[in-house]
Amino acid sequence: MIIFWQTLAKAIALGSIYAIMGLSFVIIFKGTQVLNFAAGALSMAGALFMSILVVDRGFPFLPFTNPLAPADGETAGLALWIVHLVIVLMIAALMGLVIERVAIRPMVGQPLFAMAVITLGLEIAIRPFNLDATAISGRSIGVPWGTETWEIGGAIFPKSYLAAVVAAAIAFVAVFFFYRSRFGVAMRAVAFDQEAAMAQGINVGRVFAIAWALGAALAVLGAIFFAMSPWPPAGTVSLEIHPIWVFRVLPVIILGGLDSVAGAVAGGLIIAIFEIFAGQYLSQWTSILGPGYSTIVPYLVMLVVLLVRPYGLFGTEEIRRV
Amino acid sequence: MSFGRPLLRTSYEADAAILPTWFQKGSAIVALLGVTLMALGFGPLEAIPKFLLGNTWINPVTITVVFAIAALGINILVGVTGQVSLGHAFFMGTGAYTAVMLGGNVGEEESWKACVPFHDNMGLLAEQGECGLGLPIWIWLPASGVVAAAIGVLVSPAAVKVRGLYLAIVTVGLVFIGLHLGRMLPEWAGDFESGRKWPKLDLRLWKEETPLVEMTEDGKWFGLIHLSEEQKQFFFLFSIMLLMLWFAKNLVRSRTGRALQAIRDRDVAAEVMGVPEFKYKRIGFAISSAYAGIAGALFASLNGRVSPVDFGLLLSVDFIAILLIGGAGTIAGTMLGTVFVELLPEVVEKFTAWMATKLDAGGPVGLISNFLLTEGGEGDFGPISIATVAPGWPMSTFQWNFVIYGVLIVVFLIFEPLGLFGVWLKVRNYWKGWPFSY
Repeated sequence: MIIFWQTLAKAIALGSIYAIMGLSFVIIFKGTQVLNFAAGALSMAGALFMSILVVDRGFPFLPFTNPLAPADGETAGLALWIVHLVIVLMIAALMGLVIERVAIRPMVGQPLFAMAVITLGLEIAIRPFNLDATAISGRSIGVPWGTETWEIGGAIFPKSYLAAVVAAAIAFVAVFFFYRSRFGVAMRAVAFDQEAAMAQGINVGRVFAIAWALGAALAVLGAIFFAMSPWPPAGTVSLEIHPIWVFRVLPVIILGGLDSVAGAVAGGLIIAIFEIFAGQYLSQWTSILGPGYSTIVPYLVMLVVLLVRPYGLFGTEEIRRV
Repeated sequence: MSFGRPLLRTSYEADAAILPTWFQKGSAIVALLGVTLMALGFGPLEAIPKFLLGNTWINPVTITVVFAIAALGINILVGVTGQVSLGHAFFMGTGAYTAVMLGGNVGEEESWKACVPFHDNMGLLAEQGECGLGLPIWIWLPASGVVAAAIGVLVSPAAVKVRGLYLAIVTVGLVFIGLHLGRMLPEWAGDFESGRKWPKLDLRLWKEETPLVEMTEDGKWFGLIHLSEEQKQFFFLFSIMLLMLWFAKNLVRSRTGRALQAIRDRDVAAEVMGVPEFKYKRIGFAISSAYAGIAGALFASLNGRVSPVDFGLLLSVDFIAILLIGGAGTIAGTMLGTVFVELLPEVVEKFTAWMATKLDAGGPVGLISNFLLTEGGEGDFGPISIATVAPGWPMSTFQWNFVIYGVLIVVFLIFEPLGLFGVWLKVRNYWKGWPFSY
C-alpha cells in the first residue's frame, strides 16, 4: 500500500508538470492556431537561464554579476528563489514575444501545418545553443528544498512533489482568471474566428503576442519544475533528457484536445498516472518490455484514445462544411 | 513535338506526358548525361562538385541519392495526398531492419535463432547473437519496401481517422515507439548506441561466395569498365532512384494519383465524387512507406553500420524540410530540396575548412576568416570553433549546421512558401514575359 501511495504521489506530481506544459501548448494553440514544437528548446533555454541566474550568479559575455544571487556555494532561500523564478519567467515571456514577432506574425493566414513547421525550425535552430550551454553532466538548477522529503506512515514523499502541484495549481488558476478577463475573452473570440474578432475591434496582433508570452512562460515554468523533480535529471538541466521529454507532452494535449484548458490538466494527470503506474507495476517484465518502457506509454495511450475519439477527450470536434 | 508553342497540347497523351515540353525533355536528358559523366570523373564537369564538396564528393552525393528516394515517398504522402506525417523515419527504420534481418550475417549459420524475439525467455537457445538470414539483395531490398508498406497499412487505421496536426503528432508518437522497439529488441537492432552491421549492396543469386555483381571493391564491372567502389554504388543507387522517380511520376498521372490529389485538395468533395477517402489515404500511406522502407534499407546498407538512434525524429524533420525548401507536391522541387538540404552542410564544412587554411593569409579573406573562426585561444573571438574537441561557446560547424538548417526552414516558409521550385517559377515567368513584366 505504501508503494501505491508513493506511486500515486509521483504520478500526480508528474501530471502537474505535464499539465503546466499542456497549458502552454493550449494557450498558444488557442490564441494563434500554432502547435508549438519549439516548446522543447524554449523551455530548456528558460531552465538554463534559471541555472545561470541562481547558480552561476553571472552572465556569459556580460561584465556584471547577479546582485541578488546567494553567496558562493549556498543554495538560494525560498523567497530569493521565487524572485529569480519570476525574473526567468519574464525573460521567457520576452523570448515568446520575440518568436511571435519574428516568425509567427508574418505567417498569419498560412496553413496550420506551415506554422507548426516554423516552430519545428525554431526548435532545431535554438537547440544547439542550449546543448552548448549545458555541461555534459548536466547543470545544477539550485533547488531550495534540495532532496528533502516528508514521511507519512512509512511512505516517503519528496517536497518537490508538493512544489510541482502548487505550481500547477497557480498556473491553472492564473490561466483560469486570464480566461475570464478582457484579454481572455478577446483570445477566445480570436480562436473562434480571427477576421470576425478583428471586425469587432479586437487587436488580434496583441492577442497573438499575449498568447506567446504566456505560453512561453508556462513552458519554462514546466521545464524548471521538471528539472527539480527527484526522478532524472534530478535537480539539473540535462543534455539528454530535456530536449526530448517535451515530446512526451504531445500525447497529453492530444488526449485532452488541442484547444481545451481543462483537457490539458485532465490529460496531464491521466497520462502521468498511466506512465508512472506502468513504470512501477510492470517493472518485473522489464526484460521483455525493454528499459525505459514507461516513456512510451503516453504514446500508446494516445494511439488508443485517438482510435476512439479523434479529437481527444475534451477537444472541439471540427465542423466540416461542405 | 512543337517547338514554337510548347503549351499547346492537341491530344490527351501530350497533356499527360511525363515530360510535356521539349525544354523539359532536353533538360532531363542533359541532367542525366551530366550526372553520368560527372560520376565517371569527366574533368570539367567534375570540377564543380570537387570545388564545393572536396575530393570525396561522391560519398555525400550517393547519400543524397538515397535520401531522394525517401523524399519522393514523403512527397507522395505530404505533397500529393496532403497528409502531414512526421513518421517517415519510423518507416525508414522498418525497411532498414527488415533488410538486416533478411540479409544480415552473411555466411553465418544458426543466426536465425536470434530472429525469434525474446528467444531466451521462450526456451530457445539463450545464445546471444544478432538476427540475420544472409539472403541476397534481390530478396531483402523489395522485402524492405513491402514490409514497410505493410506496417504503414497496419497503422493507417489510427492515421486515416485523424486530420492535420493531430496526424502529425500521432506520427511523432510512431517515431518514439520505433526507437523504443530498437531498445527493446537488441537481437534485431544490435546495440542501441553503436548499432550493428548491415549487408553490403553486392548482388548475389543465392548465398554463394563470389557475388554476381560486386559493389564493394574497385575493379572492372561486367568486364567492361573500370570503376571505383564508390562509383559502382553511385550508379547502382542512382538507377534505383531513377526507377522510383519514374514510378512516382507515373503514379501522379494515374487514376490513383488523381484520387490522392483530390483528397489533398478537398477530402469531402473527393468523397462526394466517389473517391473513397480512407481507402486512398491508406494507399498513399502504403506507397510512401514502401519508398521510405527501400530508402532506409539502402541508407543503412550504404553506411554499413547504423543504430536505432539514427532513425529519430530529426530524420523525419529532414524530409519535411526537404519538401518545404524544395516545394511540396512537385517532383522537381523534391529533388532540388534533397540536393540542397543534404549537401549544404557538406558545403559549409568544406568552406570552413578552406577558411581555416587562410587564417594567416592576410588580406580581406584572412580578415574574415580570423573574424569568424577561432582556435579557442585567449582573446580569440569568433563564433565558429575549429578546435577538434569543442565544448562550450564557440560552436563547431556541426552545430552551426543545425542552426543554419533551422533558420532556413523558417526563412523559406516565411518568404518563399513554394520553396526552390517557387523561385524557379518566378525566374521562368520573368523570362517568359521578358521584356514585359507580365
